[in-house]
Amino acid sequence: MNLNTIQKAQAAIKAACDKVGRRIHVMEVCGTHTVSIFRSGVRSILPEGVKLLSGPGCPVCVTDQGYIDVVIELADRDDCLIATYGDMIRVPGQDGSLESRQARARIVLSADDALQLARANPDKTVVFVAVGFETTTPATAVVVQDAARQGIKNFCVLCAHKLVVPAMQTLLSARNDRIDAFLCPGHVSVIIGYEAYAPVVDQYKRPCVVAGFEPAGIMEAMAEICEQVARGKPELKSMYQAVVTARGNAKAQALVAECFDVTDAYWRGIGKIEQSGLELKPRYEAFDAFKRFGITEIPGQCNTGCRCGEVLCGLIDPKDCGLFGRACTPQSPVGPCMVSSEGACAAWYKYGS
Amino acid sequence: MKHDKILMAHGGGGQLTDSLIHDHILSRLGNEALSPLGDSALLSVGREKICFSTDSFVVKPLFFNGGDIGKLAVCGTVNDLAVAGAMPMALSLALIMEEGLEIAVLDRVLESIAATAKACGVSVVTGDTKTVEKGAADKLFINTAGIGLYPSGLNLGMDQIKAGDRILISGTIGDHGMTIMSEREEIRFQSPLASDCAPLNGLIQGLLDQCPGIRFMRDPTRGGVAATLNEISRATGLNVAIQEDAVPVTLTVRAAADMLGFDVLNIANEGKVVIVVDQAEAGACLKACQDHALGRQASIIGQVVKADSAPVVELVTKIGGKRIVQMPYGRELPRIC
Repeated sequence: MNLNTIQKAQAAIKAACDKVGRRIHVMEVCGTHTVSIFRSGVRSILPEGVKLLSGPGCPVCVTDQGYIDVVIELADRDDCLIATYGDMIRVPGQDGSLESRQARARIVLSADDALQLARANPDKTVVFVAVGFETTTPATAVVVQDAARQGIKNFCVLCAHKLVVPAMQTLLSARNDRIDAFLCPGHVSVIIGYEAYAPVVDQYKRPCVVAGFEPAGIMEAMAEICEQVARGKPELKSMYQAVVTARGNAKAQALVAECFDVTDAYWRGIGKIEQSGLELKPRYEAFDAFKRFGITEIPGQCNTGCRCGEVLCGLIDPKDCGLFGRACTPQSPVGPCMVSSEGACAAWYKYGS
Repeated sequence: MKHDKILMAHGGGGQLTDSLIHDHILSRLGNEALSPLGDSALLSVGREKICFSTDSFVVKPLFFNGGDIGKLAVCGTVNDLAVAGAMPMALSLALIMEEGLEIAVLDRVLESIAATAKACGVSVVTGDTKTVEKGAADKLFINTAGIGLYPSGLNLGMDQIKAGDRILISGTIGDHGMTIMSEREEIRFQSPLASDCAPLNGLIQGLLDQCPGIRFMRDPTRGGVAATLNEISRATGLNVAIQEDAVPVTLTVRAAADMLGFDVLNIANEGKVVIVVDQAEAGACLKACQDHALGRQASIIGQVVKADSAPVVELVTKIGGKRIVQMPYGRELPRIC
């Protein structure tokens, strides 16, 4: 840990904030950043003049209520076995969560584990709950192709994969004019390349700086962002140069393009964002759980008083939600931001603000 | 929230376990010996005091790098007695076997139980065997109970803890939990993970002989160091402040925990002890710990301080930031990206 780097970054941030003369709002759009920032105490060493907002970067948190209800509905069928990443297991739908249906839901660590589950359970249809951004999508593409090649018929994918950049643009265009800049995700950028954020910089004149996950790297990126805001010259920059390139991982992008079409998608708390999600191409429709079971995702209504949507847009802090820490805790979560280990509410609750 | 069914998290050693014990068990069975919820119950027999403890073992896989269910079953109960200050004397052993369990597997576990008991200086003096039909248990479950003599004049307990006391850990944390997790998920690392499963009675006996300023000890098993420190904070009404860079963690455990999205403070240990000791004796206690083979990497990780408001466990991070360490919720779930 280079404490010197951190002190330098602190000084640079403070100088930039003093120059700007108002609070700078920076949104991180990556759940892993959210966790790293809280766990390492980055917030507590940031100068007063800058505030971090946790954006829609946690895949579980942005997954629409209607999709969760579809998953629960499938879990209640005798002929289905749900394969899901761990964080999804406790997200409450209108009729409970997968946690109380564990005989019909298995936690997997990778998409390939889901396919293996299908091989091991030939009498069930394994439905893979495919959520996540550009980082998890290539793995889903690989297993769909594997399943097709190997003729595995009892496997399908309930696709809710999403794209980060359209969400960032939507936030700026309609939702939140407080956002001065984005701390861009490390893992997603490995796949899409940092040039993917160019529209945000060009159209909305907001700095986009990619950072790694070490606290020193995050602090350096914050300093770069604040200096750009102070100069009034938004730029595109990667501070995670060892692994993030301008164009990203072409092979992964090709895999995704081969399997998926871009489509409109529902985001919890934000609503429909055009061209922000992925669906399986017609040639893979045999593996599309929506088509196989004839399901249409109906956008969910949230009547619980949960304000996850506003939290995701950076409009309020978790503590501003009336349920936070009272009706909504990690033991009995009401909204997804409290369920996921990468959710903003869970991080506030777990690590203190 | 009221749960009408048992969830996996009820067994995780976190907040749900806590509510299960208080709301369902203690409300019906609470008594003077049980209610303090120590690692062992303290009972008077004539002029002597004895400690009595029990633990059940359902680990999967049965064999893992650094140990197996048999070694764990002996160490678990021996350690619960030892951290309470008792000298373990005798164990009971109950085996619940699934139909179809290979006898060779059972023999291997029993060999391990025999070797570990010998190393601890305890004997298995009573036991029971049960078999259940296939599917009603997962291969082999074990329960052990143990008794130990509590030395006269010793007075350990959370009620002895004072502001200013120092907190020690006897070595690296998270080794056991990460080993089991990675073996279960078949994740391999270049430098292999190994469980820290070990009997602590030798180490602890030496510490008690040399450091009369020890106030309290607990082995941070389920829920990890985070659970133990929160229990201390809650019971004493005092804050616990720890330094992240003082907490010993091997590089492999750190990498595995980061990769799977776990906080090492929440991960189970099976051969470590958290010691709360008088500030004046902290140095001597650390040295005594480091002189023992099982305590070479011992470290003073923090201290007990007066709380201005509701008591919390606070961590000063490596970069000098601060954050709260919460009581773990229960089962930690792997992150998804």
